[in-house]
Amino acid sequence: MIALERRPNSSRLWLYATPVLAVFLTVLSGAVLFSLLGFNAIEALTAYFISPLRDSYGLGELTIKATPLAIIAIGLAIGFRANVWNIGAEGQLTLGAITGGGLALLFYGAEGPWLPPLMLIGGMVGGAAWAAIPAFLRTRFNANEILVSLMLTYVAGLLLSYLVTGPWKDPMGFGFPRTRMFGDEALLPTLFAGSRMHIGFPIALVTVAAAWFLIARSFIGFQIKVVGLTPPAAGYAGFSNAWIIWATLLTSGALAGLAGAIEVAGPIGQLTPSISPGYGFTAIIVAFLGRLHPLGILFAALLMALSYIGGESAQIELGLPLAVTGVFQGMLLFFLLASDVLVHYRIKLRPAREGV
Amino acid sequence: MNSDTPSTVPQDTPPRLRLREITKRFPGCLANDAVSLDLAPGEIHALLGENGAGKSTLVKILYGVQGADSGTIEWEGQKVDIPSPSAARALGIGMVFQHFSLFETLSVADNVALAMQRGTGRDPALLAEIEKLSADYGLALDPTRSVHELSVGERQRVEIVRCLMQNPSLIVMDEPTSVLTPSEVEKLFTVLRRLRDEGRTILYISHKLQEIRDLCDRATILRGGKVVASCDPRQETPNSLAALMIGRAFDGPKAGKPVQVGEGVPLLSVQGLSMEADSPFGTSLKNISFTVRAGEVFGIAGVAGNGQNTLLAALSGERTAPRDDWVKFEGHSIGRVGARGRRDMGISFVPEERLGHGSVPDLPLEDNALLSGWGRWGLIRHGLISRGKSRKKTEDVIEAFNVVSTGTGAAARSLSGGNLQKFIIGREIMQDPKLLIAAQPTWGVDAGSAAAIQSALIDLARAGAGVVVVSQDLDELFTIADRVAVIFDGTLSESRPTHATSAEDVGLLMGGLFEATP
Repeated sequence: MIALERRPNSSRLWLYATPVLAVFLTVLSGAVLFSLLGFNAIEALTAYFISPLRDSYGLGELTIKATPLAIIAIGLAIGFRANVWNIGAEGQLTLGAITGGGLALLFYGAEGPWLPPLMLIGGMVGGAAWAAIPAFLRTRFNANEILVSLMLTYVAGLLLSYLVTGPWKDPMGFGFPRTRMFGDEALLPTLFAGSRMHIGFPIALVTVAAAWFLIARSFIGFQIKVVGLTPPAAGYAGFSNAWIIWATLLTSGALAGLAGAIEVAGPIGQLTPSISPGYGFTAIIVAFLGRLHPLGILFAALLMALSYIGGESAQIELGLPLAVTGVFQGMLLFFLLASDVLVHYRIKLRPAREGV
Repeated sequence: MNSDTPSTVPQDTPPRLRLREITKRFPGCLANDAVSLDLAPGEIHALLGENGAGKSTLVKILYGVQGADSGTIEWEGQKVDIPSPSAARALGIGMVFQHFSLFETLSVADNVALAMQRGTGRDPALLAEIEKLSADYGLALDPTRSVHELSVGERQRVEIVRCLMQNPSLIVMDEPTSVLTPSEVEKLFTVLRRLRDEGRTILYISHKLQEIRDLCDRATILRGGKVVASCDPRQETPNSLAALMIGRAFDGPKAGKPVQVGEGVPLLSVQGLSMEADSPFGTSLKNISFTVRAGEVFGIAGVAGNGQNTLLAALSGERTAPRDDWVKFEGHSIGRVGARGRRDMGISFVPEERLGHGSVPDLPLEDNALLSGWGRWGLIRHGLISRGKSRKKTEDVIEAFNVVSTGTGAAARSLSGGNLQKFIIGREIMQDPKLLIAAQPTWGVDAGSAAAIQSALIDLARAGAGVVVVSQDLDELFTIADRVAVIFDGTLSESRPTHATSAEDVGLLMGGLFEATP
């Protein structure tokens, strides 16, 4: 008889081993799936998971996609740990792109090396300001931050559309809804020749390290954890719930805004109506895939980025449908959630009970 | 084994329930070690033992919550397998759990309906039945209320009523009287004796040794997972029972303490405190006044749900009072000071709910030490946690209060109730509070731990601090309190020195009789 037995303490080993197990099972199921579809499994998996990583260009593309995912997911994870559900990172990202990109337009023709840092800060302020709205409504009127932040995403999108089709439209742009290209010195420097990898990726790494430190060592991180796990105990300890809501929403908003500014100052280089392929929403999956742990989020962001790029590469090389990307992401999440049981339970094989 | 009658049955009839060599092992401990137990029809059988002795595990096995690793169960002479609680209920076993097994978001009637597998709690016939049964047994209940709105005492009533609704032939009761007034206990005992005389069997788990002597016909004593003795409790004294239970001579909390009434500096003074309850079914406070002096233990008695929760929140600062001067500490108005500010002033607090209010279940003990101790122990430097220091403080608490755990890294929920309570009390006392407010400090705690906790509270008061104990356990209040007042329907009676009053008088006040003669 196979039995599940609750562990007295949750297993640290399995907490970190289950994502690896989930990836392994996903690849295995992927191989079966490809075989059933009549493809050579090895070839298909190679096209999906290995080909994109063969050259430095591919690696650069991976980091470009992983950067906003990681930065946003870090911010969201800090909030999720405190049961503060910011679902509107996409809107905060958009606002960060608007404020960051707006600075590039404001100083157009008068750029200097000081401009990119200023744009990044501007982006953070924009994102934080957008997140301040749900924070205020939640703490003042107990309005649900999930709904407020989500709805503000569409407001931000319309604001961006208005700007790029109206006041900020490129005068030389043949009427296309977009701003002019930013000046060269308003763009983030790339790191290597032959790759589009830019300074955003190191920024993401620093964010990961800072978040780890905040969560593991700081008193604020502890308060966030207690508020999230057991609100009555937080009240007992005298931790202010309102303060935690403000801190986590502003932090996640600022990080989403930072990601927005990095996108427009990095790979895009101008403002257009669609600056993000839904990074703000995908980052929610990344946060949970990474177990709300900064290092896990970094790996999850890279993996998610790979699933995007791998889907494209498999389509080009083997003519596999692009929907395979969604299948892989779905399987990954499925296996991760399923193997979660091992964190709190252990599997025990034991003989059937006597006397049955 | 179907038709064979076991040859070793002592009575003419087979025992209602026979456990044979039940063994259950958990990671790191042997919870039940070859436990055998016979329960006859028409007896009230006590199961005694300290926390961790294996009582709860044994009871869970016979109720089908957990399976035994080995051993057999016979019901009315037939070998049976009890794979689930519904199988147990089908046999006729009813259970009143110590840790409530109620769905908090559902109503009382829904909970009963679920357990009985009949429709929903909106069935008028079911509602009527619940009301009739609770009226018969004097267990006041509104079946339409949500369980999460109920106090601990009311939840226990739900458990008892739910169990009785199923008309079981074996009823397992895990500390059913800990939240009842003396007169309610008497009523319950009348009910239990009636059930016994109807031929039902009651397995009665309690730490109140006097109760067991009053009520039970036989007693089986567990220690360290083994049956160590079987006796007739009526032939024993509370002390001899306790000695069997803990395996050595029992020293209860120190008696004969000096009575200090009206001496000492006024420490906490509550004047005319009125406060709305924070939920529609809570009890609002009406014009509550009392003073606690340094060096005394001030007891607040009362049946659960009479405003204790609102009062405790107002005292701990988790809810602030409408007016600052309604609560004063050392002469300063603190009514509008929050929990953090009050803790900094030296007011410590032990909540009623030890898991989920006084501690974070999933965090290790050292994080739970940080929870309330961070300020007074100086565990935070430049916004960072001093891990080494908090671990040291945790070790100190574990050592000083004999907390049985796997160390500072053990999750709070992995501790037994008594040990977690000792940890929480220890954590608060070792912060050198000027005033300690403790709610139900020994509720559901084994006799050994309860005595240690009560002694610690008395010692704290004798060292010059003020102690407020809110409890429904009159024995406890009369053991440790210097003065006692009674809370009823949001009002507080005048306090009386415990040496000048009796449990019977206080019991009457708990029934609300003081309103007529304020």
